Amino acid sequence: MPLKLPDINLFAIMPEIAMTVLVCLVLLVDLFVPQRRKALLGLLTLFGVVVTGLLTLPLIGMEADLFSDMYRVDSFAIFFKFIFLAITALTVLISMRYLSIEEIHLGEYYALVLFSVIGMMVMAGGSDLLTIYIGLELLSIPIYMLVGFMKRDLLSQEGGIKYFLLGAFSSGIILYGIALAYGITGTTNLAAMHAAFGETTGPNILLTLSVIMIVAGFAFKIALVPFHMWAPDAYQGAPTSITAFMSVGTKAAAFAGLLRIFAVAFEGIADQWAILLWLLAVFSMTWGNIAAMVQSNLKRLLAYSSVAHAGYVMMGLVVGSEIGMASVLLYLAVYIFMNMGAFTMVILLCRQNFRGDRVEDFRGLARAHPLAGIGFVIFFLSLAGIPPTAGFVGKFYLFSAAIESGYIWLALIGVLNSVLSVYYYFKIVANMYMAEPAGKVDISTSVPLRLALGLMVAGVLLIGVYPDPLISAAKASVAPFFQGASAIALVP
Amino acid sequence: MTNALGFSVLSITAYVPIVGAILIMFLFSRQRPLAIKWFAFGVSLISLFFSLFMIPYFEPSNVQMQFVERAEWIPSIGVQYFFGIDGISLPLIILTTLLSSVAVLCSFSNIGERQKEYYVSLLILETGMLGVFMALDVFLFYVFWEVMLVPMYFLIGIWGGQRKLYAAIKFFLYTLFGSVFILLGFLALYFLNANPAYGSGEFTFNLLELYRMAPRLPENFQFWIFLALFVGFAIKVPLFPLHTWLPDAHVEAPTAGSVILAGVLLKMGTYGFVRFSLPLLPKASFNLVPFISLLAIIGIIYGALVAMAQKDIKKLVAYSSVSHLGFVMLGIFALNSQGLLGALLQNLNHGLSTGALFLIVGILYERRHTRMIADYGGLSSVMPVFTVVFAIAMFSSIGLPGLNGFVGEFLILLGVFQTSTVYAAFAVTGIVLGAGYMLWLFQRMMFGPVTHEENRNLRDMNRREVAYMLPILVLMFWIGIYPKPYLEIMEPSVKNLIQHVELARGTPESLSAQASEALRQHQYLTTEWSR
Repeated sequence: MPLKLPDINLFAIMPEIAMTVLVCLVLLVDLFVPQRRKALLGLLTLFGVVVTGLLTLPLIGMEADLFSDMYRVDSFAIFFKFIFLAITALTVLISMRYLSIEEIHLGEYYALVLFSVIGMMVMAGGSDLLTIYIGLELLSIPIYMLVGFMKRDLLSQEGGIKYFLLGAFSSGIILYGIALAYGITGTTNLAAMHAAFGETTGPNILLTLSVIMIVAGFAFKIALVPFHMWAPDAYQGAPTSITAFMSVGTKAAAFAGLLRIFAVAFEGIADQWAILLWLLAVFSMTWGNIAAMVQSNLKRLLAYSSVAHAGYVMMGLVVGSEIGMASVLLYLAVYIFMNMGAFTMVILLCRQNFRGDRVEDFRGLARAHPLAGIGFVIFFLSLAGIPPTAGFVGKFYLFSAAIESGYIWLALIGVLNSVLSVYYYFKIVANMYMAEPAGKVDISTSVPLRLALGLMVAGVLLIGVYPDPLISAAKASVAPFFQGASAIALVP
Repeated sequence: MTNALGFSVLSITAYVPIVGAILIMFLFSRQRPLAIKWFAFGVSLISLFFSLFMIPYFEPSNVQMQFVERAEWIPSIGVQYFFGIDGISLPLIILTTLLSSVAVLCSFSNIGERQKEYYVSLLILETGMLGVFMALDVFLFYVFWEVMLVPMYFLIGIWGGQRKLYAAIKFFLYTLFGSVFILLGFLALYFLNANPAYGSGEFTFNLLELYRMAPRLPENFQFWIFLALFVGFAIKVPLFPLHTWLPDAHVEAPTAGSVILAGVLLKMGTYGFVRFSLPLLPKASFNLVPFISLLAIIGIIYGALVAMAQKDIKKLVAYSSVSHLGFVMLGIFALNSQGLLGALLQNLNHGLSTGALFLIVGILYERRHTRMIADYGGLSSVMPVFTVVFAIAMFSSIGLPGLNGFVGEFLILLGVFQTSTVYAAFAVTGIVLGAGYMLWLFQRMMFGPVTHEENRNLRDMNRREVAYMLPILVLMFWIGIYPKPYLEIMEPSVKNLIQHVELARGTPESLSAQASEALRQHQYLTTEWSR
């Protein structure tokens, strides 16, 4: 009897391989770089990311199941790979100077970030619950460490421990959910699960339990209400560059996993989970926005705002239509630029012995530094969803998905929430433009930081004015999930 | 659908200001405010020039959209870059460019700090407003509609009065609250149109395509979408009881901000009703006439009564706006061509008269730094030129025959009378009250002895002030004495719109053979809008 070897196609996982090589390289080179010149490692990482991006280009359009159907390369995974690479590049750019200011410029930092990114890529490509789980762990563990990276800072330690404990707990819950699903279907492969569910009829308590556990676990990672408690502390305590990284990266990766699980495995049993996701979406949007209004620390404020944004994105998943799924991808892509941009502003204000993350630290900023002020306004307009910015396009597409499928109430709650959010975003804008500065307002800028800011502002405005390529890409990326499905299901 | 000129005159008019703003941002040093001022004024004049340049090429008798520009913008969701104007939007565009130039000129002396940001905001605002009146793609319209909020927020928030922060954020939140409902309404229309049961089956935001759905759209859909659009537009108008942001914003805004707010921003609400609610949702419009008329009448009387009780001149003028805009709304929802024509003309008149009144308050405020009526008195002996200007603006606001206000009010009443004598009767009381508070204001401020020593040596209006008031005064007399050219520009478009609404309100089955033939041939519904 001949042994059947799994189909190994190394070309198809080139990005993952390249990133792994890069991690090793960074760790190795770190040994020879003196403490004062760690920025070199940043440049190396940046170079590696660009190379990986180039290696990913030939994969576009490819569709392949690898490693006994455990892993998949398709337009969906590739879309997310580009998202993760963009996040990495921006993270490195905003980190370089900031790390020296906080005196934590160590080589491990870049290695940990890269490990986490590999985890993200694995999550987006996993077509088996176990692969997705492994991706999730690979993504989470380095971030636990990175959150507590400032080891002399109490807040950082507190955030790190909290995030680790709750994160480990939620991983356990996901694993339990996976076990239950395996018990029902006898498989962890998403496509095979879908086939198995096709035979079940009527309510199934075990299945519901499994779905609830998987959703709850992911909700922890994404920070959806009521699983968001760790977010403000972790976001505030972590080095700001890591806050920026995890606020967009973890979220995008977890949504990628969730999307694939729900679009492939649980697609046939929508009645079991739609209401669950609906509640998560509504609670996250509403509570996130209300809680953000009373924050006086910008990092905490942005933490709650990111809870709210996760709620908006959830709308797309609730709707579950092609436009709905595409809008999730679009929004996550857009969210990179605007949310990292907002956190970069905190980095801009950070100086020796001065955190610069309180709302009142922004008093009079626009008068002293008009360009920084304009940049900040653009990011906040985008977060609030005001045209002509990328955030508007993203929200517009989400709401249109909801309306298309008849989720009028969900759309209504969504738009009212985005009105609420203007209040706290513009509280900071008012501080920058209309308040007298308390003292001298200094900013610490550097070439990489300026480059990152320029890229992010350009991203927000370009996508805002000409979103067509990105919308088309997002649509094409989710199209495989909907082959053969009917086109429009209209307002009832 | 034609573009009589060989070039994109609408885009040029709309984008000259924002290009100017960007140039100011990057090329001008804040140490040279004088250069910034004159450059901003020049930019607004160029925009004004192009808007006037369109007039001779505009064919009033042609009810199709003119000077059309159109290109694919976001084809994946059916959004086009689609500009075009008809007799309804052209006057509003000229009003916008005119008042923007005036706003720039009137700010020369009353804005002392952070002038660079100020003129940048003002010019971006102008682009936003012009875009709103030109866009014929509902997505594009919405973009401009919201873009405009931001510079206005800054104008009120940075250069405003004592409670500027409160007023600015209130303005922003209130208007945004309404806007998001408009967005939901537009999205519903978009997807309904994509459903072959109601619309063309195409995904498009093209307003003219959406118009064709009007006869086929069931009444209950129309009702809910109308309500969604109503919230947004009525807040902007503002219609009672959604007007509470207006007094705060008007009082706290700098003079130019108030002029633009009253002169142009409020018109966007009424324009929205005319351009979107009526032709897209004719059945709902007809069914809701009593409801909206009631709110309009309450607004007319309530606004006038509250205006009478004000101690602050700016607040008085602000509440008079509530009253006047109630009139405009009543005229629109008379749903006949006299009423609508009158409403559109009154839109312009209100922009001119209230704009002028806010400028007058600004002139006084610059000299005395108070807006309390009680701080003035007997000014007619000190400032003769000012007195004349004020008197003309006041009479225009009251609607004295021979001035512009009269023509508009007369046409509105003519239209309303045909719908309901009761509405007309209530509306007339508003005119009487309006005369009351305005004359009383004038009397307290201008006549009698000079009661405050500080007022004895007030400077009269200078040349620059006369320069920006003059075009407004000329227009007041022109429209008042010879309104024919203005009405001629608007009338065919208005008639076409009313005809469309009349035809589209009936259900296809109930239409007589003749009516459905007319419907089939109607301009809005048949023109081939090539893709």
